Amino acid sequence: MSYRTKKIIGKILFHVLVTLSCILMIYPLLYMVFGSFKTQQDIFQNPTSLFPKEWYFRNYINGWKGFGGTTFATFFKNSIIITVIAVIGQVTSSAIIAYGFGRCRFKGRSVWFSVMIVMMLMPAQVLIIPQYIMFNSFGWVNTWLPLVVPGFFGYPFFIFLIYQFIRRIPVELDESAYIDGCSKYSIFGRIILPLIKPALITAMIFATYWKWDDFFGPMIYLTDIDKYTISVALKMFTDPSAQSDWGAAYAMSVLSLVPVIIIFFSFQKYLVEGISTTGIKG
Amino acid sequence: MKNKSSEVMAKKARKRSFRDIIYHENTVGYVFISLFIVGFLVFTVYPLLSSLYLSFTKYSGLGTPEWIGLLNYKRMFTMDPRYIKSLKVTFVYVFIYVPLRLIFALLVAMLFKGGGRIIAAYRTIYYLPSVIGGSVAVAVIWRQLWGYGGIMNQLMIKLGLMEEQFSFIASKDTALMTIIVLAVWQFGSPMLVFLAGLKDIPASLYEAATVDGANNWQKFWKITLPSLTPIIFFNLVNQLISGFMAFTQAYIITRGGPNDATMLYVVYLYEKSFTTFQMGYGSAMAWVLIVIVAILTAILFATQDKWVYYENK
Repeated sequence: MSYRTKKIIGKILFHVLVTLSCILMIYPLLYMVFGSFKTQQDIFQNPTSLFPKEWYFRNYINGWKGFGGTTFATFFKNSIIITVIAVIGQVTSSAIIAYGFGRCRFKGRSVWFSVMIVMMLMPAQVLIIPQYIMFNSFGWVNTWLPLVVPGFFGYPFFIFLIYQFIRRIPVELDESAYIDGCSKYSIFGRIILPLIKPALITAMIFATYWKWDDFFGPMIYLTDIDKYTISVALKMFTDPSAQSDWGAAYAMSVLSLVPVIIIFFSFQKYLVEGISTTGIKG
Repeated sequence: MKNKSSEVMAKKARKRSFRDIIYHENTVGYVFISLFIVGFLVFTVYPLLSSLYLSFTKYSGLGTPEWIGLLNYKRMFTMDPRYIKSLKVTFVYVFIYVPLRLIFALLVAMLFKGGGRIIAAYRTIYYLPSVIGGSVAVAVIWRQLWGYGGIMNQLMIKLGLMEEQFSFIASKDTALMTIIVLAVWQFGSPMLVFLAGLKDIPASLYEAATVDGANNWQKFWKITLPSLTPIIFFNLVNQLISGFMAFTQAYIITRGGPNDATMLYVVYLYEKSFTTFQMGYGSAMAWVLIVIVAILTAILFATQDKWVYYENK
């Protein structure tokens, strides 16, 4: 066998193996999507077959009905409102704070910066109980406030991400703006803010994912079913007390992932960039 | 007349000094990070201190906390076998999933470091599970895949590895494994970090090694791995911390069961604090968690000099 044919065979083998492992990687997702079109009976009797015996669309109708009169329309609406407000808060405040760290040489800067880095590494669950007690004393339990308000005070991961980005912008830009009469405040608005758009988009994507998927927060703080987010609502399908309608659970799971997948495919470039520069988790 | 003009000047001076203050580097800096400081004090410092205090009390969330000294801590380590078990389960979880996740991440990153549209498509597919991994939806499907009569079951039976239907998530010997597989499956983000690192290794190093007659294996051990150590370090710290924080998947898929086999630390912390409302005990658990994570991170940072190579050193 010549060197060339050997190389071609190697290449084919590589792609075949990789394609197979790709299928393995996304198999659970495919299974979920196809499962959402199976009847309950089909799900249990033919768990190995990927495709439904007959396409059953009622799962989406049954699932959408939700629980106790609250439909998934409500859960979606709740998730969207919470996510949008929290994301705006997190990203705007983080951008402002990141500019302070990145472009101002104030006294105590390094101390506060270290504080931020430590916060980034600190296990968040540690604060859950006292925060819960605090929000409870504010009368915020069973409202969305605990889920969105803290975001308005910056989110260390995003501060760091945007800070890294700001540092790559040449200082000469600031300096020439300064000579032209810009203050530090207007430099932020006129020079830096337009330039850090990619970083802001990256932060927005991650913030959206995390808020949308967040389960712990909504589970702890929300008690009324009509305030639930999708993640808490989905969990109700798995409650041992409930007679689980798995087809409906799959169908709603699929719907819950639609926004995430859309964002993923439209903003991939930013995602890869964001992770590569800061390594934040997806 | 003279008086008036001096007054005006004084006013001007005052005005200027006000402007000076507003535009002074220190003021500007603090104006911009003020949100962070407020948030830090209100949402971190205050809760941290109050949880430290609560950890020495018995508190149900209502009424006043009752001071009991170190009893919570004593109870954890001497009177609560479930706690010890959750600690063990968490360590097993973290110390199996972190290395596996990083190995897969590195392997796939090396495989796909080249350019091209097909490679990019592969990368996307491998990254996809990580994007949706934290969601309840995935936990729901995982229960089904590994449950009684689920596909894993059928697969094992078809392969002749098992004879009867069996629920992996309902057996205490295999439940944790299913949670670990789920965590390893989502190796996307460390993979991307590795990719960035691989791209930063100068091609000249490999060329020089080729000239010297090094094979691929030697190149990997002598060039790739040492150059990646800062990235490995970074990933290690990140994954370790998020490993100790794992909650959603174990909570939804197995609820810590069967027989506490998947009782991860935070799941137990949640159960104690918000199901049985032992918030003092929960706070003490939270503080032990801080200490554990701090010690492990400190060890990593301390051993850094021994194995992490920074170029500009």
